[in-house]
Amino acid sequence: MAWQSLDIQRRSATTTPAPGARQATEVAKLIDISQCIGCKACQVACMEWNDLRGEVGHCAGVYDNPGDLDSQTWTLMRYTELENNGRLEWLIRKDGCMHCQDPGCLKACPAPGAIVQYANGIVDFHQENCIGCGYCITGCPFNIPRLSEKDHKAYKCSLCSDRVAVGQSPACVKTCPTGALHFGSKEAMKDHAEHRIADLKSRGFSNAGLYDPPGVSGTHVMYVLQHADHPEWYSGLPRDPKISPWVGIWKGLAKPLAIGAMAAITLASLFHYIIKGPNEVSKETEKEVENETRS
Amino acid sequence: MRRDPNDLDRYTASERVIHWVVGISFILAGLSGLALFHPAFWPFTMLFGSSIWTRILHPYFGLLMGVAFLVMAVWFWRLNRMNRVDWEWLRRVGEMVNGNDEHMPEQGKYNGGQKLLFWLLLFGTILLLFSGVVIWRAWFHFDINQVRLASVVHAAVAAVMIGLIMVHIYASIWVKGTIRAMWYGTVTRAWARQHHRAWYRYMTGLGNGQSR
Ligand code: HEM
Ligand code: SF4
Ligand code: SF4
Repeated sequence: MAWQSLDIQRRSATTTPAPGARQATEVAKLIDISQCIGCKACQVACMEWNDLRGEVGHCAGVYDNPGDLDSQTWTLMRYTELENNGRLEWLIRKDGCMHCQDPGCLKACPAPGAIVQYANGIVDFHQENCIGCGYCITGCPFNIPRLSEKDHKAYKCSLCSDRVAVGQSPACVKTCPTGALHFGSKEAMKDHAEHRIADLKSRGFSNAGLYDPPGVSGTHVMYVLQHADHPEWYSGLPRDPKISPWVGIWKGLAKPLAIGAMAAITLASLFHYIIKGPNEVSKETEKEVENETRS
Repeated sequence: MRRDPNDLDRYTASERVIHWVVGISFILAGLSGLALFHPAFWPFTMLFGSSIWTRILHPYFGLLMGVAFLVMAVWFWRLNRMNRVDWEWLRRVGEMVNGNDEHMPEQGKYNGGQKLLFWLLLFGTILLLFSGVVIWRAWFHFDINQVRLASVVHAAVAAVMIGLIMVHIYASIWVKGTIRAMWYGTVTRAWARQHHRAWYRYMTGLGNGQSR
């Protein structure tokens, strides 16, 4: 038996239900962008806790460093300089897995147990089952998983499932010096976000709001945005993320249709043979051919 | 070695070899691909060493199949040009399936069904090659929307092609005396007269025959 905090509710490439008797509390991380100063302590804490050491890259002239998520970088601060109504705003988003309630990565993954969703909502990759096909990248609406060039396994933020399992908060949350990161039950995080949004509204950010996109049935990583009406301002945070309809067809309709057709052809062939018998050259033709060949 | 001096040559050794290369690589690509398509087929990964080897090997099986099929298509396309009689044959394929083939229109080396199969497989192979390359993450990095579209195309075309090949294999089992054409390259005269009468006359010089 697994730990209650790590009970699995969904497993990639598995068609039967997971054990579901125990009711775990859904958890969430809340990223309050309005309180983030972009110090990257969380990025460092993630490397520390998860023993990740990317290669030293080079500065591209902006604070984003490294330039993108990779197998050694599971969370990344992305900086946007926005001129809005004659004011400069520095929008800093902590990018990483959103831990979707309806995860496109898990839906697309062909390897049983390479991706799981725990009952508390965390989506975790189990690299020992991963075959390196990259379907999770194809399925993810947030462009998160990355294949390692070295071991050809997919990696992403685990929401520190190992820490959460023993009642700790994720390393990034533990480290954040300004209180921009919070962790707890999803309900508590929503309540906290409401207070923050009310505060932002009272300070003139009339479009402040919570980012918990319904297109993926909500996420277990949520943002408080000053401009919830323009999520794309925050380094291209998708406005209405959903699993792509192509992925939906590929992983939905295509499967029963293809299997049904193959089964039908197999059975039709078998019964055709049994009902009609083999198509043999007739005795008559054999005789005619003998005559024609002799003459 | 020839069992009967009257047997007709249907395939040369190199034609048979390329067909077996296509056939074997198609089955390997099909089994390794299906393993990733649906969990019900996951046990097929055991045939290839491991699930990871299945993922690594599949595109190479596919590439081999695709390239070998294109070579074969270059050799065979002339014989597969459709004519009026072929469409007539296809319209009446129901009689054939019913087992009453006496009244079917006379056929050259290939019947309308075989020709149609040829063109469908050629079209499908080209689609599989293109879409397969787009989703091959070991070597290529295409735009995510192209990868998503190619994933659907690859899976759907593969499923259709596997269906067509199942019909192709069944037809060769159902029509007795056919499979030997792919073993020894010859068929009996009676087989040719019954199933491909115009070709039979062409090969034996009896009356106005037709190669296709
Ligand atoms: C022509 C060259 C081909 C290439 C380059 C290619 C490449 C690929 C790639 C990259 C994948 C994803 C899994 C992986 O990374 O191994 C895949 C999946 C697949 N391929 Fe191919 N392939 C080719 C031909 C074929 C052929 C001939 C068949 C059919 C018999 C086939 C059937 C499949 C199937 C059924 C899947 C699984 C699709 C899914 O997961 O839904 N492929 N192929
Ligand atoms: S953000 Fe992407 S990787 Fe994370 S759970 Fe959602 S679909 Fe999966
Ligand atoms: S790369 Fe690994 S985790 Fe991603 S879909 Fe393939 S098997 Fe699943």
